[in-house]
Amino acid sequence: MSWAKRILRVNLSEGSCTEEPLNMDWAEKYLGQRGLASKYLVEEVDPKVDPLSPDNKLIIATGPLTGTAASTGGRWSVITKGALTGAIACSNSGGFFGAELKFAGWDMIIFEGKAAKPVYLLIKDDAAELMDAADYWGRTVWETEKGLKAEHQDPQMRVASIGQSGENGVKFACVVNDLHRAAGRSGVGTVMGSKNLKAIAVRGTKGVKVQDPDAFLKATSDAKAVLAENAVTGEGLPAMGTQVLMNVINETGALPTRNHKDVQFEGASDISAEAMHEPRRSDGKPNLTRNGACFGCTIGCGRIATIDPNHYTVKNREQYQIASGGLEYEAAWALGAATGVNDLDALTFANFICNEQAFDPISFGATIGAAMELYEMGVITKDDTGGIELTWGNAEALTTLAELTGRGEGFGAEIGLGSKLLTEKYGHPDLSMSVKGQEFPAYDSRGIQGMGLTYATSNRGACHLRSYTVASEVLGIPEKTDPLSSDGKAGLVIAFQDATGAVDSAGLCVFTTFAWSMDNIAPQIDAACEGDWSVEKLLEVGERVWNLERKFNLDAGFTGKDDTLPKRLLKDAAKTGPAEGKVNELGKMLPEYYSLRGWTDDGVPTNETLDRLAL
Amino acid sequence: MNYVIIGAGPAGVAAAETLHKADAESSIILIGGEGKPPYSRMAIPYVLTGKIEEDGTYLRKSDGHYDRKGITFLQGQVSKVDPGAGMVALEGGQAVAYDKLLIATGATPLSPPIPGMDLDGVHHCWTLDDAAAIASRAQKGSNVVLMGAGFIGCIIMESLVERGVNLTVVEAENRMIARMMDATGGAMLKRWVEEKGVTLMTSTKVTGVAASGDKLTVSTDAGNDISADLVVVSVGVKPNIGFLEGSGVEVVTGIKVDDRLRSSIPNIYAAGDVAEGPEFGGGFQVHAVQPTAVDHGRIAALNMAGRDAKYGGSLIMNVLDTLGLVSASFGHWMGEDDVAVMVNANACNYVKLAFNGDHLVGALSIGRTDQIGVLRGLIQSRVKLGAWKNTLKQDPSRIAEAYVACLHG
Amino acid sequence: MEMALVLDAGKCTGCEQCEIACSMTHEGASNPAKSRIKIFNFHDEGRFVPYTCTQCDEAWCMHACPVDAISVSGDTGAKVVSDTLCVGCKVCTIACPFGTVNYNPSSGKVIKCDLCDGDPACAKACPTGAITYTDAAATGYAKMEAWAAKTDAGAQASA
Repeated sequence: MSWAKRILRVNLSEGSCTEEPLNMDWAEKYLGQRGLASKYLVEEVDPKVDPLSPDNKLIIATGPLTGTAASTGGRWSVITKGALTGAIACSNSGGFFGAELKFAGWDMIIFEGKAAKPVYLLIKDDAAELMDAADYWGRTVWETEKGLKAEHQDPQMRVASIGQSGENGVKFACVVNDLHRAAGRSGVGTVMGSKNLKAIAVRGTKGVKVQDPDAFLKATSDAKAVLAENAVTGEGLPAMGTQVLMNVINETGALPTRNHKDVQFEGASDISAEAMHEPRRSDGKPNLTRNGACFGCTIGCGRIATIDPNHYTVKNREQYQIASGGLEYEAAWALGAATGVNDLDALTFANFICNEQAFDPISFGATIGAAMELYEMGVITKDDTGGIELTWGNAEALTTLAELTGRGEGFGAEIGLGSKLLTEKYGHPDLSMSVKGQEFPAYDSRGIQGMGLTYATSNRGACHLRSYTVASEVLGIPEKTDPLSSDGKAGLVIAFQDATGAVDSAGLCVFTTFAWSMDNIAPQIDAACEGDWSVEKLLEVGERVWNLERKFNLDAGFTGKDDTLPKRLLKDAAKTGPAEGKVNELGKMLPEYYSLRGWTDDGVPTNETLDRLAL
Repeated sequence: MNYVIIGAGPAGVAAAETLHKADAESSIILIGGEGKPPYSRMAIPYVLTGKIEEDGTYLRKSDGHYDRKGITFLQGQVSKVDPGAGMVALEGGQAVAYDKLLIATGATPLSPPIPGMDLDGVHHCWTLDDAAAIASRAQKGSNVVLMGAGFIGCIIMESLVERGVNLTVVEAENRMIARMMDATGGAMLKRWVEEKGVTLMTSTKVTGVAASGDKLTVSTDAGNDISADLVVVSVGVKPNIGFLEGSGVEVVTGIKVDDRLRSSIPNIYAAGDVAEGPEFGGGFQVHAVQPTAVDHGRIAALNMAGRDAKYGGSLIMNVLDTLGLVSASFGHWMGEDDVAVMVNANACNYVKLAFNGDHLVGALSIGRTDQIGVLRGLIQSRVKLGAWKNTLKQDPSRIAEAYVACLHG
Repeated sequence: MEMALVLDAGKCTGCEQCEIACSMTHEGASNPAKSRIKIFNFHDEGRFVPYTCTQCDEAWCMHACPVDAISVSGDTGAKVVSDTLCVGCKVCTIACPFGTVNYNPSSGKVIKCDLCDGDPACAKACPTGAITYTDAAATGYAKMEAWAAKTDAGAQASA
């Protein structure tokens, strides 16, 4: 129940699709999605494998609550060894694709090997078949999704695909489903492209059942009421989206600006949620058309937006004069503050291109920021960029490079390396604002201390979605802690990491945790699934998953030395705002973190810890 | 007022019920000719598959339904209509007087002019009695030849296959359901049924059936003889109008009726498969389909009861389940130049839309069951498609979106 | 007061909780493919439109049924399919010009909205008030009804 209890194993080298039962002993320990798929990956893939070799595997995974009535129960993930990082990657997406896969009766798809020529996987309930993707290779996500639906005459079909970026080896390519929802980070789309796998098209009509429908209805209804009554999930996110944070974080002095040279952006309000609501001069319409929800989500934080039809990016280009996925906070920050661009329409356009060509706007924007810094320093010149003036705040440079990166052309191909390889290439590796090769998201850890530890220890490289201590340090959820103090942050980060591990393994969205505690989540899982799922057991799943991922990375060659931050954050103090004069105090937090985790001083889980977690 | 309705199919029953609603004081006599309660021919295949018993085919299920509605149900075969005298004569001599008469006698199956059509073991599949006879012969493993792969033939096909017979279908046309599907769709259906183990011979005529012992031998113009335990004939139907000879009621293919379902004789109306009525978009046609029969019955009855009810014309439409492959057709899908087509032969998915300017005028669909009714809505509402026409040209499967967009537009 | 499902596209976020609730109620599983209510996502316009049977007076589905398997519920006015009587002939699915009666291949019967005996699960599950069960005279329904009349082959006759 709630699990379909079936895995589809697709060997791309052989062209075979085979069904196997889900390992329920593992499900009992890893729940589903992030946890369970990571277990499969760890069991089946050599941690030292080249992420782009046929020996790497790509797992598409749902959780037990994916496809159910639980609010936000539409999540799914891509688990693989990340192309951007070389670390274990789990990229989570919403939309409708994950639920559809579950309705077709599959918990996971494990892709192995590499197809001889481009293929896509077609799933109609029990029937799964690899199809020739010659007609779709070289096409964008938008073209591919439309084309597959038309070819199969099924507007209800759900598609997850890569764009040209994933085909061309852009290191931070993602997998995009439902036109603008993305398994965005760590280069999971790059891995998919390396396997010559263009898309997965699914139609499911079998549905998902739960163990105890009455208890489940009660638990999910109670939990929905909690979301509705909460100020963040009931009002802030539906009305403003995650973009509600732009002005808040800027005022906190933690909005990384121009490749983290500054911590406040003078143009923040121009690219904020409030700006998205302002009617435009040209057509009187605001940037924001409305909010849209992923499957089963009663929050509805998604932004659906349009670009000013007179804006230079879309003039005479009708295909972009539509409503589509608009700016979320992380994207707005990376495309805007990180590059110094304050043109809302340019950011929205760049975001459209990120969706259309399936690459991560965070890594893209941050890499542009690094490239701009190198250009301003005179290290990168017009000769390198093909004539593009890569100056701070140049919107045209940003949007031009978005299109070039999508297609893997010109200087876009260099941007597609990601900031780590790009800055190394130009001899300034310190200017890559990244951890384990993955660029930071939108919180400067000098102004929000806990996020420094979050980034440094994240198993998939710098990431806000592994322990969102911003909730506590800025928003006061579940209780307010001082963002400028590193005291007690090790314990806070661990608590967030473990809880998030459980949420990510359930099929739920981590945004629910603005309102939900584990006390709201456990009864939903318990009613849906066989077995007893208490808060304690779920947190143990979270901790187990964290240690499992850690072990994979250690075996892959990472060490405690990689749990660090760029020099800029550790040495160069914030220049303005509440955090003025502060650096991140990682050195204080990390030893305590290791100790609380039950790891050695070098960051290796002790045997006691591994035994306790049955690893 | 004495209302008489000849024929107890869907048109007749709908008319009788509407008459009762519109004019409860009058006498309503409904004449059925098969010795059964009013039933639905369309449901016969489901009797053959055992999905329902005979009573599952009855048009109305509750006991005493017709009495409650003030309808006198009379069993009998009408032999003659005498408009001058206002009388209907039944075989056996009984006569029934009417003030207003509705003819809803439906259709009769055709037999081709070849030898052997009267042999034991050669049956139409038209009445409940036919169904019982077929059921007794169509046993697991028996050899059955189905003459005709038209609409009715296809419906019967499923029940025969489910009974486990070895089935050979012989069709004179070059494809299956030639009147409701084009060559592309016909080819798709052919492959589908062949994959299900049916032997299908198209462009082949049965030239005769002969008895040989307790078996039948079916000869064809393809030269081969087929041995059979049962031959089912479904080569078409014709309106059931023989009894009207000499009555003065004008007949072309069916009984010619105007937009009030009135025949050439003012107090005689016709409805259903026997009527050649106004067609949606102009002209007159016999549209032997269930929704038209019911609409005819209802509108004819309203006019008989003195209301002025104009009939907007019937849209030809069909839906068919051929061994699990669902196909549908609506309106004028042939002969139009402005079409949108999407074929996915492997998956047996097909959609074809035919446009006239800004309007949808016809459609074919195979392999789709969701929201197919919107095709009727799009055609019959004459909605202007606007920008959606272009969208449909690129992806004709987006019919439901087009419909809802125009509806909420 | 005649109660009806009132659908307000302006409030719909496209979350499909209505489809989940409908299929849970009628099929015992979360299964939007078998939901009686459907959300249409007009992506390029940023518009979500909830859509289901209006329980129209014309009741094409009911009249077209050859075996009397669709009837009017006395309590709600809903046109309700009897699973016992339905033979799966699909005539109602082409007769309904709204496309709101669908064939369910796994049961061999047709499915349509039955208003959940007067307590529609979709309305209860909708988090934004886009689906309410209320006075039939409300705007959205009246609009759909007007459309219904326009579609009727014999509209003039049914008055």
